[in-house]
Amino acid sequence: MKASQINENTRWQDLTEGLKIYEPATSRQFETGEWRTQTPVVDWDACRQCLLCVPYCPDSSIPVSEGKRGEFDLLHCKGCGICVKACPFGAITMKEGR
Amino acid sequence: MAIRTRMSGNEATAEAIRQINPDVMPAFPITPSTEIPQMVSTMVANGQIDTEFVPVESEHSSMSAAIGASAAGARTLTATSSAGLALMWEVVYVAASSRQPIVMAVVNRGLTGPLNINAEHSDSMGARDSGWIQIYGENNQEAYDNMLQAFRIAEDPKVHLPVMICQDGFITSHAVENISLLEDGPVKEFVGSYEPEHYLLNGEEPMAVGPYAVSAYCMEAKKAQAEAMIRSKEVILQVAREFEEISGRGYGLFEEYQMEDAEYAVVAIGSVCGTTKDAIDRLREQGVKAGLVKVRVFRPFPGEELAEALKGCKAVAIMDRCESYSAQGGPLGAELMAAMYRAKATAETVNIVYGLSGRDVRVEDMMQVYEDLKGLAEGRKTFEQYPYLGLRE
Repeated sequence: MKASQINENTRWQDLTEGLKIYEPATSRQFETGEWRTQTPVVDWDACRQCLLCVPYCPDSSIPVSEGKRGEFDLLHCKGCGICVKACPFGAITMKEGR
Repeated sequence: MAIRTRMSGNEATAEAIRQINPDVMPAFPITPSTEIPQMVSTMVANGQIDTEFVPVESEHSSMSAAIGASAAGARTLTATSSAGLALMWEVVYVAASSRQPIVMAVVNRGLTGPLNINAEHSDSMGARDSGWIQIYGENNQEAYDNMLQAFRIAEDPKVHLPVMICQDGFITSHAVENISLLEDGPVKEFVGSYEPEHYLLNGEEPMAVGPYAVSAYCMEAKKAQAEAMIRSKEVILQVAREFEEISGRGYGLFEEYQMEDAEYAVVAIGSVCGTTKDAIDRLREQGVKAGLVKVRVFRPFPGEELAEALKGCKAVAIMDRCESYSAQGGPLGAELMAAMYRAKATAETVNIVYGLSGRDVRVEDMMQVYEDLKGLAEGRKTFEQYPYLGLRE
């Protein structure tokens, strides 16, 4: 049973043993950022694209393309605010809510 | 050829582990199971086995390491007693819900308090709802035989559940008795090699173990786990049949001693059953139709089968080496009486708590139990539920 085939209608007989998942990177299929209560916002004028926020993000929610970071992946960002502390230029702030 | 020798229950368990040669054994010493990891680590140091022995810093760590090793794909085993099992508590459940076929030698000792180190079933009975299969032995021979069968049960694809192999602390674990061992070759062939279908160290198949399950999934997962426990019954019996072929010693979910025509039966677990058999032998000489049902497998609980075995009895004493403070009796009493009620049993029953914290039980004590059962059946004797055997009062 693939993770993509498991949903809230799956019968007990069809679940994997011990709910183990036999494939990687299945979190892409799930919105794990839904319980976020604060949301990071980038001030693009202050951002120097140093990319220091990227390795600090515990949820890999800062996508990088062609050497530049993009907008936060808010489907997976939990709003922990570590990126705010990591940014040397004060370019990231937290706003209330999702 | 069987090897006739003499060993304690702990030695017999360590010998079984040597013959199995498991991949990983994380363990932390605690009386009265300490000798098991001590002996196994000596075997490792002497190069007799190539088990990875992990001297962890606590029992919570030993069970956590066992789960990790098992999930990685290793045949994994540990041993503990009493407070050690209690300290594992949180992860004991995780081993079962993660469906890891771990085996644990449990040398039964009471949980504190009052502070005590002697034989009692409160440790493993406390873990009776943790999802582990529980198999109890009467003596060193059964501790050895049950250990040899454990991985075959745990690793069966129909089961995939952890197994506790229990023996009474000191009475069995430290008393030296005669024993018949199997040779290494037949044991290795019987136990076989462990080839898990899914395991963390398989680079071809990245996998996740123990993911968070929201409420939409937990009930279904638990149902699947409960069904595995039910299915394990037939696997336990099948493995026992195959074990009998190589050893000549037969095992079931429970053992019936003099039960064909028994009017008065004792149902008990562990070393007290040997004492009870002696009492029965003496009573049979006097014409008393006394019998014993020795529960070997407590999880899964063979309720229907036990009720069937007891259906011809006039009175039954259900013996618990464990106080559950339920104001109702012990765990074996509660579960067996429920099973007998469902089977519409007509026998008088009494749940007796005995042998707490290593309190000795003599043949005479068990003869008195049968005398009381006779009185109960004949209406001469009443019991206040639930009596303590041999209590000063």
